Amino acid sequence: MEWDAIRLSLSLAGWTLAILLPAGIVLARWLATARFAGRHWVEGLLALPLVLPPTVLGYYLLVAMGGTSSLGRWFQAATGTTLAFSFTGLVLASLLFNLPFAVQPIQRAIEAIDPDVREAALCCGMTSWQTLVRIELPLAWPGVLSAAVLTFAHTLGEFGVVLMVGGNIPGETRTVALAIYDRAQSFDAGAAGRMSLLLLVVSFATIAVSYGLGNRVPGTRRRR
Amino acid sequence: MSLLVEIRHDAPSLDLRLDLPEGAITSVVGPSGSGKTSTMRVVAGLWAPASGLISLGGATWFKSASGINLPPRDRSIGVVPQRYALFPHLTARENVEAALLHLPRARRTPRAEAALARAHVAGLEARYPHELSGGQQQRVAVARAIAREPRVLLLDEPFSSVDRSTRKHLYAELKRLHAELDCTVMLVTHDLDEAALLSSRLCLIRRGRLVQAGATQDVLARPESAEAARLLDYGNIFRASVVAHDRDRRLSQLDWHGVRIAAPIDDRFAPGQPVDWAISHAEVLPADAGAHFATENTVPATVRDMVTLGDDLHLRLSPDPAPALTLHMKVSRHVAFHRHLAAASPLLVRLTPSAIITMAPSDDADGAGRAHE
Repeated sequence: MEWDAIRLSLSLAGWTLAILLPAGIVLARWLATARFAGRHWVEGLLALPLVLPPTVLGYYLLVAMGGTSSLGRWFQAATGTTLAFSFTGLVLASLLFNLPFAVQPIQRAIEAIDPDVREAALCCGMTSWQTLVRIELPLAWPGVLSAAVLTFAHTLGEFGVVLMVGGNIPGETRTVALAIYDRAQSFDAGAAGRMSLLLLVVSFATIAVSYGLGNRVPGTRRRR
Repeated sequence: MSLLVEIRHDAPSLDLRLDLPEGAITSVVGPSGSGKTSTMRVVAGLWAPASGLISLGGATWFKSASGINLPPRDRSIGVVPQRYALFPHLTARENVEAALLHLPRARRTPRAEAALARAHVAGLEARYPHELSGGQQQRVAVARAIAREPRVLLLDEPFSSVDRSTRKHLYAELKRLHAELDCTVMLVTHDLDEAALLSSRLCLIRRGRLVQAGATQDVLARPESAEAARLLDYGNIFRASVVAHDRDRRLSQLDWHGVRIAAPIDDRFAPGQPVDWAISHAEVLPADAGAHFATENTVPATVRDMVTLGDDLHLRLSPDPAPALTLHMKVSRHVAFHRHLAAASPLLVRLTPSAIITMAPSDDADGAGRAHE
């Protein structure tokens, strides 16, 4: 077992979740309720990581973060280190390739709320923010939970983008998925097997638990 | 201090001006798609039309010309939506408390319980909406709407999702609540009986336009146009011409396809002028035995078909002087039985003179009868 890699993967998933979930809620709510021209372009852009080969996404991210890009130069000037091949760069990449996993379940859940209920909240004197916190999120929370679980599990398992953007630097960018690949390449079937099993168990458990919790929302199951 | 509503918009097409007197229940009645609910949404601040004005007394809620458009929370409104739209994850008490977020937390619960008691749902505070019957849900929605003590209460078809017996209770409760609260009520409904029972003022709208407005009884008894008559469910609207005015008998004589019709005097129309006239299907009666065609307001006809609806029989007749037109009448079943009414049989009917309404001619006359077919 490479505990360093496991710790790094958990840390990456944790950071991604902490940043992406609030942003995903705001974005999902906007997409679920706003009507504007060109909406399908925004939705298409968000869904792109679902269909794009991870290496393609990884390549563009690498170019965007490299020392020749303005983002890369700015980061290097500010911190003294490169953005590509760093943990921060990995978090940034992780935020982007997880966007559809974070936004779509929440967006669908908010869209499923009866618009009359949202309007009733406004007529009760609530602000848009109060409506989100008190009405929409409690009703959409199975979607929020799905988003969290998918984002977390997907970050643990992502391989292509991580390899492209992060390289494979132990303690900095070497995640458990990369460690498994390395071990398998060097015929260390025991270590690869143990880490694979760990990922399998963790992923299965989180998804099963989230499915179980998702069925327990008072009132929402019995509605028309 | 009345609620003034002026709306102009292209799609959906709306162009109307309503004046809802303070403290009264005004019903806005019209068929589906007439713009009733859109009008209510504009008053609530849920939708802004292209142009218009919404004001309550001195306060302007919406004024397109000045760019004023207050959000719903800044308008003194309480809304009962058509399907109540209770918050499904909150108990009845929490639903009402959700309308009281402007108060400190400690004051919300007593206010919510008072509102629930007022709406007759005390004791059900801890139930979730799905654990309540339709009538109870409606009462919780009313409690939520009145909790903020709004000056305007907007009710969108509030009785359409409850059964008939519950509806009667809720009518009485609404009247009592209105007397207690003394707020201005806008009741959106397509049900004329409901409007007649509950409201003192009635605005009849169709295709986004005001057809007629006034005291409820006046509007119901005196439609001003064939369009209004049709919306008020007068089955019989026809074109005739004025023959003369009989000032002694206070009657106007009309000629309708050779039949002499006496109606309450209406000297807006000079002899020789065309006029539309209407009569409710309940005021077309089988003529007394011995009456004959030559008598005023007596029309020979042939029964085209008849349908039993509860205790009543609805008949469609072809008047002999104009067989292409349709005369609708409603009689009780026992009358039909004694008169041996049957399809294809002749029938002499009498039109109650006092029940005949004369109106300026419009394109809607004669067509209403055909529209029913």
